[in-house]
Amino acid sequence: MTMDVNNFEDMNDTNNKNLTIRLFNVNKRYGGKFALKGINLDIEQGEFIFISGPSGAGKSTLLKVLYLAEKVSEGQILIEGMNLARISSSKLPFLRRRFGMVFQDFKLIPNRTVYENVALVLEAAGAKSSFVKKKVMQVLRTVGMDKKFKALPPTLSGGEQQRVAVARAVVGDPSIILADEPTGSLDSKSAQLILDFLMEYHKKGATVLIASHNLHLLQSTVRGRNVEISEGTINRTATML
Amino acid sequence: MTHFVKKALADIRLNRFLNLITIITISLSILVVSVFLLFFENASRVIESWNQGGRAMIYLKSDFSLDMLPDLKAKINALGDIDDMVFISKTQAIDKLKKEMSSRTTFLETLNENPLPDALEIRIKTYNSFEEVQKFAQSIKKIEIVEEVEYGQGWLGKFLKIFNLFKITGYGMCTLFFLIALFITANTVRLAFYSRKIEVEVMRLVGATETFIKAPFYVEGLLQGFFGGILGLMVLLITYLSVSSGIDQSLASYIYFDIRFLSLKIILLIIFGSTFLGWFGCYLSLKQILK
Ligand SMILES: Nc1ncnc2c1ncn2[C@@H]1O[C@H](COP(=O)(O)OP(=O)(O)OP(=O)(O)O)[C@@H](O)[C@H]1O
Ligand SMILES: [Mg+2]
Repeated sequence: MTMDVNNFEDMNDTNNKNLTIRLFNVNKRYGGKFALKGINLDIEQGEFIFISGPSGAGKSTLLKVLYLAEKVSEGQILIEGMNLARISSSKLPFLRRRFGMVFQDFKLIPNRTVYENVALVLEAAGAKSSFVKKKVMQVLRTVGMDKKFKALPPTLSGGEQQRVAVARAVVGDPSIILADEPTGSLDSKSAQLILDFLMEYHKKGATVLIASHNLHLLQSTVRGRNVEISEGTINRTATML
Repeated sequence: MTHFVKKALADIRLNRFLNLITIITISLSILVVSVFLLFFENASRVIESWNQGGRAMIYLKSDFSLDMLPDLKAKINALGDIDDMVFISKTQAIDKLKKEMSSRTTFLETLNENPLPDALEIRIKTYNSFEEVQKFAQSIKKIEIVEEVEYGQGWLGKFLKIFNLFKITGYGMCTLFFLIALFITANTVRLAFYSRKIEVEVMRLVGATETFIKAPFYVEGLLQGFFGGILGLMVLLITYLSVSSGIDQSLASYIYFDIRFLSLKIILLIIFGSTFLGWFGCYLSLKQILK
């Protein structure tokens, strides 16, 4: 299948205004090895997407190319109409503010408190400090981490760290939430809480992508579209009810 | 802005030891530089006072006659900006000398011939340095009828040569210490940056601009430079106060030498310089890291 890139963008502007994420023939190689191969995927505004697949399938890589933590080797990606290949480094921060990310390895700053870790997102976006205080504490409360707002991440359990990571992902009210194994360190009850929490944001209109190999848990809790990948290619997509 | 200052202060507190070392290094450099400046400011002032504010005596050859005076005055005036010019004839000079010495000796009365030359006393209006006076004197000396120009060039000139040697050494030392302080500051920022590598990475990922990421480092560098400068000057002031109160007052007045502390202008210049040093060290190291 060959398709002119400009044509591809035009299509996005005219016919598919509600498409928020589009991937077109995306390849990602590390050395000679494909982590992503020929990915074509359209995601609508407000969709709830699972990305499932075995370990090493390319789930994390797929999320990384979306917020430009990694550059694609070939192919094109459009995010809310912007072509990622054409984003200058000075515009990159503004692209990233549209995303809320839960990283698989949490990426909490070890010598900053829980509060500071979450507040960073809003401070980086230039929010007023009175607003930051209110908003951060409110989000920490909903994930049940408000009592430990002064704690340093290394003193927290894995599950607690994960909840802080989720809080940080949503505190900026992003239009797209990318969550990489957001329930990986949680017991099933806590996992349920986090999923319900992300579901809330989905209901408010955010596009949510969750990458997890724990499909069983995801399927049993919410409805959405499941994108199953293995060895870097999409095996099948299925809409679950 | 307050956000960055708060953050920088928190980081300085967090890396207390490293920051303390940096501030002390900066303050030592500032101390060396300001000791030299203190020396030069005072020495220049003393040289000026010994030189009596640009005064010079022009001694004339014995074949000088009074009708040559207007022509000579015009020639000298053409050479530079003269404040005032007084002709002292050899008769006036010997009378003055006789008056001053009459009580002690009658030697002068026994002379048949006046041994003193005619002279012109001048004062140069605007001059910035002893060297300028020196140059001016040399050009006057080239005038036909002038025998000698006296402005204390003998021993003062020798002193000046030593003084200039000091000056060159001083510049060299200042440059050396400036470079050392710059290197240390840049290194501290580099260490601070690496110790916050994760933080910087996370900040980028959550959409912080480069300016937002760099600002705390710059504030930290500026604060280090500022406090280093203040500390260095404080040490100098304390040393100055304890030394100057110890100097024998009669000795000080005898050699016409009272040591003054740095002028406000120089103090502000030093603080500005050390703050700039902190900033520049930060700039260099971030430029290198964020290539
Ligand atoms: N930075 C990297 N350098 C080299 N290879 C990489 C890199 N990141 C990922 N890979 C490779 O790309 C492939 C996909 O990795 P990815 O992290 O996307 O898998 P995953 O589906 O998220 O797995 P898991 O469920 O274990 O998190 C793997 O084979 C991995 O070894
Ligand atoms: Mg992964």
